[in-house]
Amino acid sequence: MTYLRPTFRHPELPKNILGYTRKDYEGAISTLCAGCGHDSISGAIVQACWEMSIEPHKVAKLSGIGCSSKTPTYFLSNAHGFNTVHGRMPSVATGANMANRSLTYLGVSGDGDSASIGMGQFVHAIRRNLNVVYILMNNGCYGLTKGQDSATADVGSKSKSGSENKFATIDLASLAIELGATFVARSFSGDKNQLVPLVKAALAHGGFAFLDVVSPCVTFNNNFGSTKSYSYVREHNHAASNIDFVPPAETISVDYPENTARELELHGGNKIVLHKLPTEWDPLDRISALNRLHQARRTGEIVTGLLFIEPESQDLHATLDTVQEPLNQLGEKDLCPGSKKLEGINASYR
Amino acid sequence: MYIGSSFQQQLNFLPLKPTDIRDPEYFHKVVDCQYACPAHTPVPEYIRLIAAGKYTEAYLINWESNVFPGVLGRTCDRPCEPACRRGRVEEEPVAICRLKRVAADFKDDISHILPKGPFPPNGKKIALIGGGPASLTVARDLAPLGYEIHLYDDQPAGGGMMRSQIPAFRLPEEVLNEEVNYILDMGIHTQFTTYVSSMKEILDKKYDAVFVGTGAPKGNDLDKLPGRWDDPDKIHLGIQWLASVAFEHTDKIGKKVIVLGGGNTAMDCCRTARRLGGEDVKVVVRSPFNEMKASPWEIEDAQMEDIPILNNHNPKAFVTTGGKLQGMLFEKVEAVYDASGKRKLIPTGEEVFIAADEVLVAIGQGNAFPWIERDLGLEFNQWELPRLDAKTLQSTRPDVFFGGDAALGPKNVITAVAQGHQAAISIDLFCRGADVHDRPPPMTNLAQQKMGLHEWIYDSAVVPDLRYKVPHADKKLTLQDRKKEVELGFDLEKAYREAERCLNCDVQTVFSEPKCIECDACVDICPTSCISFVTNGEEEDLRTRLVAPANQLDQDLYVSSPLPTKRVMVKDENVCLHCGLCAERCPTAAWDMQKYLYNTAKAAPLWKQEEVV
Ligand SMILES: Cc1cc2nc3c(=O)[nH]c(=O)nc-3n(C[C@H](O)[C@H](O)[C@H](O)COP(=O)(O)OP(=O)(O)OC[C@H]3O[C@@H](n4cnc5c(N)ncnc54)[C@H](O)[C@@H]3O)c2cc1C
Ligand SMILES: Cc1ncc(C[n+]2csc(CCOP(=O)(O)OP(=O)(O)O)c2C)c(N)n1
Ligand code: SF4
Ligand code: SF4
Ligand code: SF4
Ligand SMILES: [Mg+2]
Repeated sequence: MTYLRPTFRHPELPKNILGYTRKDYEGAISTLCAGCGHDSISGAIVQACWEMSIEPHKVAKLSGIGCSSKTPTYFLSNAHGFNTVHGRMPSVATGANMANRSLTYLGVSGDGDSASIGMGQFVHAIRRNLNVVYILMNNGCYGLTKGQDSATADVGSKSKSGSENKFATIDLASLAIELGATFVARSFSGDKNQLVPLVKAALAHGGFAFLDVVSPCVTFNNNFGSTKSYSYVREHNHAASNIDFVPPAETISVDYPENTARELELHGGNKIVLHKLPTEWDPLDRISALNRLHQARRTGEIVTGLLFIEPESQDLHATLDTVQEPLNQLGEKDLCPGSKKLEGINASYR
Repeated sequence: MYIGSSFQQQLNFLPLKPTDIRDPEYFHKVVDCQYACPAHTPVPEYIRLIAAGKYTEAYLINWESNVFPGVLGRTCDRPCEPACRRGRVEEEPVAICRLKRVAADFKDDISHILPKGPFPPNGKKIALIGGGPASLTVARDLAPLGYEIHLYDDQPAGGGMMRSQIPAFRLPEEVLNEEVNYILDMGIHTQFTTYVSSMKEILDKKYDAVFVGTGAPKGNDLDKLPGRWDDPDKIHLGIQWLASVAFEHTDKIGKKVIVLGGGNTAMDCCRTARRLGGEDVKVVVRSPFNEMKASPWEIEDAQMEDIPILNNHNPKAFVTTGGKLQGMLFEKVEAVYDASGKRKLIPTGEEVFIAADEVLVAIGQGNAFPWIERDLGLEFNQWELPRLDAKTLQSTRPDVFFGGDAALGPKNVITAVAQGHQAAISIDLFCRGADVHDRPPPMTNLAQQKMGLHEWIYDSAVVPDLRYKVPHADKKLTLQDRKKEVELGFDLEKAYREAERCLNCDVQTVFSEPKCIECDACVDICPTSCISFVTNGEEEDLRTRLVAPANQLDQDLYVSSPLPTKRVMVKDENVCLHCGLCAERCPTAAWDMQKYLYNTAKAAPLWKQEEVV
């Protein structure tokens, strides 16, 4: 019986610049159902953080409630973690981010957690361009409570019990673009080649980065007739523009054929290269991206890849002009600058 | 430099063919220890039985396969251990050999289980020349089929070099007697203290077949070294001297002893000398220390008995005064390696004198067949070794077969046993008028292990324990009594813990393409990054594109047929822990853990494996 993962790892696991192997980015053994898409997304997060040589203890993982929201236990054991109440991850993330901007914020949520109970929280985090990566593990159902339809279930999609969803679907990616999100991508848990570079690009993005990852619930929503099953998603996946993530220390060695690739500068000298550029829309143009998503909804395609990006944007700290230092590092002098200063401030209002 | 990941995916040329897991050798190779064992003993099977406290069953599996579990559990050269997978994921392999001894030490009385004669005679008579492990294996395999077997040996008892060479402090006589007698008690006609001086005489006796298992009895000498014959009573050939100690013709040696040579014979000579009165015993070897032929554990045991090993010393002369040995003169050499890694020992000019009362020469041994006439249709090659078919061990005379050290030069007991099994098959085929090249296939079986969601019939958990050490008897006692066994063997507690270190490499990960939904669960959970889903390609290229590099080229890649996404599943067998997590995490049971039993064919299958376990 093995609820424990053996401690041995491949003896030749490569090391990143920090000297860490993937093992240093792992979490506890997953208790999710065998084959749950969420576990693959955890795997992609481990891979992305390792490849980017992010120091695990400089990451804060936050989540709400749901199978998806349990996953932070299964990656980056050495990171900070906060498992909030249902749908409240964005507000806790906002608070944490405001208090300490030196960490990398990774929010994990589910379609129930974000599109129903947490919808109000979700939209405001976008509006504020909070600097977090927001990963939505989207299975079209409430996995943890035994598979009820969620608000992202497609009209007509069949659940395991055979009932069809009758209500209009909420497409959180379209909504995010509509609300002014500065990085919006969609991917599939079963396609790590696409997902890992997207997670890396999202981590490097200097604002709200939303990743809607279709992630089949093998137990309750992987049946025939479901539009969120492994086979349905594979058949309808329309993977646009492959993306490569290029950290500052590395140069791009591949000559992409003319007009098929586009290099974009991200935060901190990181670059991404979009190649096999989408022909139907321009990922730097909000309106064309939205049009493409609307069109895809009509044709039943699942468009994946980087949907929209605004590389240079102003995050919440910039908007509010906050201090650089984490609040817990401010001394008494900074926090209590004295009555002279107070007089000055008061005077400025007169 | 950064190469786009999606670009790497496009570099596919000639794809690998899907692995044929019905080829009996594919999964056999995954069981590294069993594959490396010349007799292909089902190692993990007996180790699990030891962990389960079933020592008799564990012994019988060994006995069927390697005939001398008690002997080999103490003395085997253990080619399985360097091959053991455990050594690739942590520091040391499983103590496979010493676990075998546990089975022998703790088994019940088994005499009633072993095949018992008299067997209904089949009317054929076989002569075995030499009574070592090779001949005894042939005897054991053929007797139950009704062959009348005549065994000739010049020693007073059976066992060959296991008796005459392997010292009693490594192999107690009772252990050897027990296992030799299991065979002789099957109704073998023995003619001990009978040196066969003419093959022709044997052939004239109209045996249906003759097996030659006379070993490699000729010790190399330094007969041309100056002084060699000045005081010949004080200079001995290692293997002759060991035999004369074993048969109690020699019971003492001078205080100062030089042992020449760096192999296992030298180690046995020096340790025996320490027990016969040698106080200042030195091993002197030409080669550098790290190139000595002796097994590391034998060197270690010698050093523990205060025997220094002087390397890079080339013998120049035996020094005598007035016909009395004083010692030896050596010239120091330096090992120099050329570009191809070939070694040359370059003399440094520095000479060293080492005093000695007696010298033991243990610098290798070879074959000699002075008793085989050269006009019998038996051809010999340029090294005076018989011309043989390496597989069937048949000589150029169809009714004469060879095996053990006599066949292909000196090796070890387990090789002699393995060749004995093969020769027995050949002899049986030959006597039945069948084609000796028509080898019977191995017995194989794949058995499901699933009991529940996270439960397997085998103990799948992987323990992190490091190798347990076998305790030794007090040196003060062992150096006084040459028959006192040095190694005490594992007690049951340690045996259990050591057995738990085995990774159950025979419990195979069997993949079924139609069931796979490519959810990646196995990839994500696999602790040692064995599993990848990639576009197919040429092996060399594929090996670099996996989740972890597959650089151990002698370890196979298990490749599936194409999956719905056109990719293939590729599993690098190299460091799979057989932990079963891939199968536990697979939602569709596309992975399953199945126990693979592989048993090489024997002339007479003694019993079916199921009857034992
Ligand atoms: C010092 C020493 C230590 C060793 N230690 C180990 C060890 O720890 N582990 C290991 O695996 N191997 C060890 N070996 C090697 C091992 O003993 C042999 O490889 C093995 O015994 C070979 O078996 P065999 O059946 O081919 O022949 P042998 O064991 O050599 O038996 C041949 C028999 O035939 C007899 N014989 C020869 N010619 C005639 C004839 N013309 N007529 C009648 N009888 C004849 C011989 O006297 C002998 O009894 C050791 C060898 C030596 C020299
Ligand atoms: C305030 C509150 N309301 C309801 C619940 C019950 N509940 C737990 S998880 C969940 C839905 C989770 O769905 P989703 O976020 O999609 O996660 P999944 O399990 O599908 O990954 C609900 C409604 C709760 N835990 N708390
Ligand atoms: S119920 Fe569904 S979402 Fe939850 S762990 Fe199981 S498969 Fe995953
Ligand atoms: S771990 Fe066990 S089964 Fe695997 S090679 Fe070693 S002894 Fe054999
Ligand atoms: S049994 Fe499966 S999970 Fe375990 S090491 Fe082997 S391939 Fe990996
Ligand atoms: Mg959900």
